[in-house]
Amino acid sequence: MAGIPFDLQLLNLCAALLLLLSFAMLAQRRIVTLVNLLALQGALLFVATLLLAWRTGQHHLYFSAALTLALKVIFLPWLLHRLIRRLQVYWDTEPLLNISGTMLAGIVVVVFAFGLAEPISALASTATRNSIGIAVAVVLLSFITMITRRKAMSQVVGFLSMENGLFFGAMSATYGMPMIVEFGVALDVLVAVLVLGIFFFQIREQFDSLDLHHLESLKEDQ
Amino acid sequence: MEFLLLLGGPLIGALVMSVLGARRWAPELNVAVSLITFIAACALTARVIGAGSLVMAHEQFFIDPFNVFLVTLTAFVGLTTSLFSRPYMRVEMEHGRVSAGRLRLYHSMYQLFMTTMLTALTTNNMGLLWVAMEAATLSTVLLVTLYRTAASLEAGWKYFILCGVGIAQALFGTILLYIAAEKVLGAEGVTALLWTHLDAVKGQLEPTVLGLAFVFLLVGYGTKVGLAPLHNWLPDAHAEGPTPISAVLSGLLLNVAIYAVIRCKVLVEGSLHSQLPARMLMGFGLLSVVVAVFLLWRQRDIKRLFAYSSIEHMGIITFAFGMGGPVANFAALLHMTVHSLTKSAIFFAVGHAAQKAGSQLMDQIRGLITLSPTIGWGLMLGALAILGMPPFGVFASEFLILTTAMREQPWATPILLTALGVAFAAIFSRVQPMVFGETTARRLPHPPALLPVFAHLAIVLALGLYVPPYLANWYRAAAHLIGGP
Repeated sequence: MAGIPFDLQLLNLCAALLLLLSFAMLAQRRIVTLVNLLALQGALLFVATLLLAWRTGQHHLYFSAALTLALKVIFLPWLLHRLIRRLQVYWDTEPLLNISGTMLAGIVVVVFAFGLAEPISALASTATRNSIGIAVAVVLLSFITMITRRKAMSQVVGFLSMENGLFFGAMSATYGMPMIVEFGVALDVLVAVLVLGIFFFQIREQFDSLDLHHLESLKEDQ
Repeated sequence: MEFLLLLGGPLIGALVMSVLGARRWAPELNVAVSLITFIAACALTARVIGAGSLVMAHEQFFIDPFNVFLVTLTAFVGLTTSLFSRPYMRVEMEHGRVSAGRLRLYHSMYQLFMTTMLTALTTNNMGLLWVAMEAATLSTVLLVTLYRTAASLEAGWKYFILCGVGIAQALFGTILLYIAAEKVLGAEGVTALLWTHLDAVKGQLEPTVLGLAFVFLLVGYGTKVGLAPLHNWLPDAHAEGPTPISAVLSGLLLNVAIYAVIRCKVLVEGSLHSQLPARMLMGFGLLSVVVAVFLLWRQRDIKRLFAYSSIEHMGIITFAFGMGGPVANFAALLHMTVHSLTKSAIFFAVGHAAQKAGSQLMDQIRGLITLSPTIGWGLMLGALAILGMPPFGVFASEFLILTTAMREQPWATPILLTALGVAFAAIFSRVQPMVFGETTARRLPHPPALLPVFAHLAIVLALGLYVPPYLANWYRAAAHLIGGP
């Protein structure tokens, strides 16, 4: 690996771990672990942002690293854990597609993601442009997590992990979006999770369960 | 100053309502805040007529011919909907469907929703546009589930997840746009998401990345427009929420989402110099029209029926913007205006009708004309207007779109004509018995106040007969701005 500076190697390591975590999420059925994986993903994102901030000397990246730490590593996982305890949902039911099938689909998606990222990487001039493919892969894998799960909680974790992937993509391609936008996005994510928290209690009150198959009665011909 | 009032008014209103929204006079306060917003919008319009386009707040916000009339329209429909919601929500309270706490939530979120839409319309920053669109979804999710019934929770969840995933695609599209723009506008990133700057350099933006960005932006914002095949959330959200919310979702939010798509299309078309964005808009538009029209037949719930009709009209508008050029763009802008006014008027009438009948099922709503002539005629005229009967404004815009299609895209004309015919049959055959059918119910002692319905329909009628010159100039300037092949 001569020629690649040490900090860049660390960044690439973070990217690789992010991809690995996405696969772990795809396979994980225990919701508490799923939230822990999400927190870990946030932590990796925090480390990557910090490394990038140090490397490029861009001050706004320090700020966005702090935002990531506060929101994605500490607050959201804490909130989700609290919700899990209050609502007593610990396990997801059997996913719509079995785990090994999902993993195989995931591999195909990763190949597709790298193909998709090719023109973007060609345009970007950042040192981290090789990670764009990984970011796209994380987004698509989270999407698979969302569509194969039955429990509302796992879908939300998928949703947040998708947002993490997008954030990582923006970071590796352009060293982050303008501050005002990043701030707005963070605010939206925060509000989204709070709204969902309220929502869960409403669903639970109505159905005594967070299983989404209760929510399948509205059909076209109703 | 007017601008500060335009965004600050409803925002402060939302905060005040979160405390006082359940008081006896809260509905009046809601109307007052909406009135202030409308006055601010009018003042802003007057200034733009005098001074031309404006750029404000470190270029983060701007007003140009394209968004100024949408701002006024949004503020106007926001005002009339608040007038309609005043008696409507009172009755819901009396029926015990809404508690005091939920009324507070309703009023607060109503104003917040107006704030997010007005922000989305006036912002110059493509990132802020995204933030405002997402905030608009979030502020309405809890309104869709206001009644806490099983069906409304399902509708809310679908709305949240589908639009959430959709809007995440749009965020990716925005990031791609930023990557391409940063190359040209410099890495400082201060101006690289500002639409006015992007528009100035759109010819130099990297075409491959912008093409990719457009796919994501169209899928993302298109989900919010309700374009098929991503339209599933729309009928559920319209049917299960309170009717004033159906009116603003259909009449305003869909317009704002189309606005976002078109802003992106202008940039991408300038960079690509190809037909790709236009073809995609035409394709999705036509598909939505066809899918919506055939699903119209299967509806039994009156609000779902008109929700599908909204998908159909959004399809027509998207198709017209896809054709591009001065005439089609003009027609699409006119159609956005008249659809918004007509559809919200219909929802007002439907809201009263469903409330009186105690059901949203069309089989159980009969003889509205005997029950109350104002509701009956309001629904009938509204339905005729939305179906494109002359002399209403919808006829004028649809006629323009069809004649342009005959010249520019002759293959699409038969599809559009068939779809309009099927929609006519589907909606008219349902509305006719609801209005004129036999009923045992007696006439209501007090006729409901339906001023907003007839005010909207009168404007639509006037626009069908005569488009005032300043409005026509606006449309023309906006149509020129949007351009097209």
